[in-house]
Amino acid sequence: MMQSSVSTKREMSFSHLREEATSAVAPGAEPKIKIRNLDFFYGSFQGLKHIDLDIQEGMVTAFIGPSGCGKSTLLRTLNRMYDLYPGQRATGEILLNGKNVLSPDQDVNALRAKVGMVFQKPTPFPMSIYENIAFGVRLYENLSRADMDNRVEWALRKAALWDEVKGKLNQSGLSLSGGQQQRLCIARGVAVKPEVLLLDEPTSALDPISTAKVEELVHELKSEYTIAIVTHNMQQAARVSDYTAYMYLGELVEFGLTDEIFIKPKRKETEDYITGRFG
Amino acid sequence: MSDTTALYRKRVRTNRIALMCSLLAMLIGMSFLAWIMIVLLYKGFGALSLSLFTQSTPAPGSDGGLFNAILGSLMMVGVSTFIATPIGILAGVYLSEFGRKGWLAPTTRFINDILLSAPSIVIGVFIYAVYVAQVQHFSGWAGSLALALIAIPVVVRTTENMLNLVPGSLREAASALGAPRWKVVLHVVLRSARAGVLTGILLAIARVSGETAPLLFTALNNQFTSYDLNGPMANLPVVIFQFAMSPYENWNSLAWGGAILITFGVLCLNIVVRTMFRKKI
Repeated sequence: MMQSSVSTKREMSFSHLREEATSAVAPGAEPKIKIRNLDFFYGSFQGLKHIDLDIQEGMVTAFIGPSGCGKSTLLRTLNRMYDLYPGQRATGEILLNGKNVLSPDQDVNALRAKVGMVFQKPTPFPMSIYENIAFGVRLYENLSRADMDNRVEWALRKAALWDEVKGKLNQSGLSLSGGQQQRLCIARGVAVKPEVLLLDEPTSALDPISTAKVEELVHELKSEYTIAIVTHNMQQAARVSDYTAYMYLGELVEFGLTDEIFIKPKRKETEDYITGRFG
Repeated sequence: MSDTTALYRKRVRTNRIALMCSLLAMLIGMSFLAWIMIVLLYKGFGALSLSLFTQSTPAPGSDGGLFNAILGSLMMVGVSTFIATPIGILAGVYLSEFGRKGWLAPTTRFINDILLSAPSIVIGVFIYAVYVAQVQHFSGWAGSLALALIAIPVVVRTTENMLNLVPGSLREAASALGAPRWKVVLHVVLRSARAGVLTGILLAIARVSGETAPLLFTALNNQFTSYDLNGPMANLPVVIFQFAMSPYENWNSLAWGGAILITFGVLCLNIVVRTMFRKKI
């Protein structure tokens, strides 16, 4: 009785939320990112345990799980964000295009230019809207003024922000609303044309309308970018992702097609979590 | 219900008492400030005239102004700011952004704090011993150096504090775009903390422009107008000190005039920078 009501509810929400079926990657396609036997340590505390995971090109992969399960940590190993902090280290392999990004001779800045990231809280830089976007582009490209103008417009259009800010590109990025700031951050990440985009709970500080816009955006962007998203919002994972990884206490519990994970999870723990019966 | 109202009344009473106490504390503080200002204006207003700005310090009993002292103060404070600003900001950036690991940053911070609270007369004697005594004459350069030594720890401290206030997420965001560390610091972190860092420099200027002791041993004084930083230089604090202690009435009046100049100069500086940086990015 209980079981059936839960599953009906779930199916109902699915029929509302998902408009199109996920197209699975053809078997044998080489994943964009291969994570092999990844361990992560905060000092002596092990935050990730033996993670093996493939992230497919042109797909959205969602990381879900309770707070502290390591999903953000996993995301932050992909662009070696943890390098900023002494005492944090990762062992194992993360192969991006077949090359191990954890190796010491990897140029961290070059990696981050390829693997962009958007954070939980909007973090516009203290400069104009235009400069916010041009800042990242200038790091690796030498564009003429006209080309830069085009790039800024392109990125803002990608982030569905252009129409709202086209008349005030010289205003401070901090003058925008929270939702607009977050889309500015996405535009900033897109503008440098990375191969992979990491989204760390990008909508948790946003209202439902802004959230919907960001989700639409993720949908639009996935044709050109490989996207990994961390979210606390199960419906969001179901709505935007093709693959879902459920994590718990630093371990990868289950990974698979989002539809399968949400409709027919293989593991009891996963089912308990996504149906809200997690204790 | 009666319990709640009793509790409520107690809260209202406590709130009122706390409010009164803080108001009283504010009034005491403000009244001294107002007192200083009023005395300053009352005694010094008569000394304010055009000649105060155009003529040099006079002999007892004759007319004159403070031109040489104003000029000397501006030059020495200017040079010391010029020295202290880059050193202070760079050291502050190091402490906040690059010195996370190792012993160097904590040690530097500790020594800086000692310097911050070092009596200014000690700084004056120090410069006297290592510079003035070596070259055998007082000079504006020595005065500037002494003032710079006082200003540097102020700038270091405020810069570090202001940079620490910049959220780590902003550094992460800039690093996530692939920006090298120095660009993150220069274009994003320092830029966010710009108003605060500037306030620190301003505080340092305000602090050194009133310093007397370090100048007594270094720049000394000069009766005449001098543009030469390599010789003794007149400056407002020492002139105020000498003239205020003197028995001559016109000197006393000039001392009050000088005191007004310093006070309101620093006040104006504060107001200008505050309004300038309030609305900006």
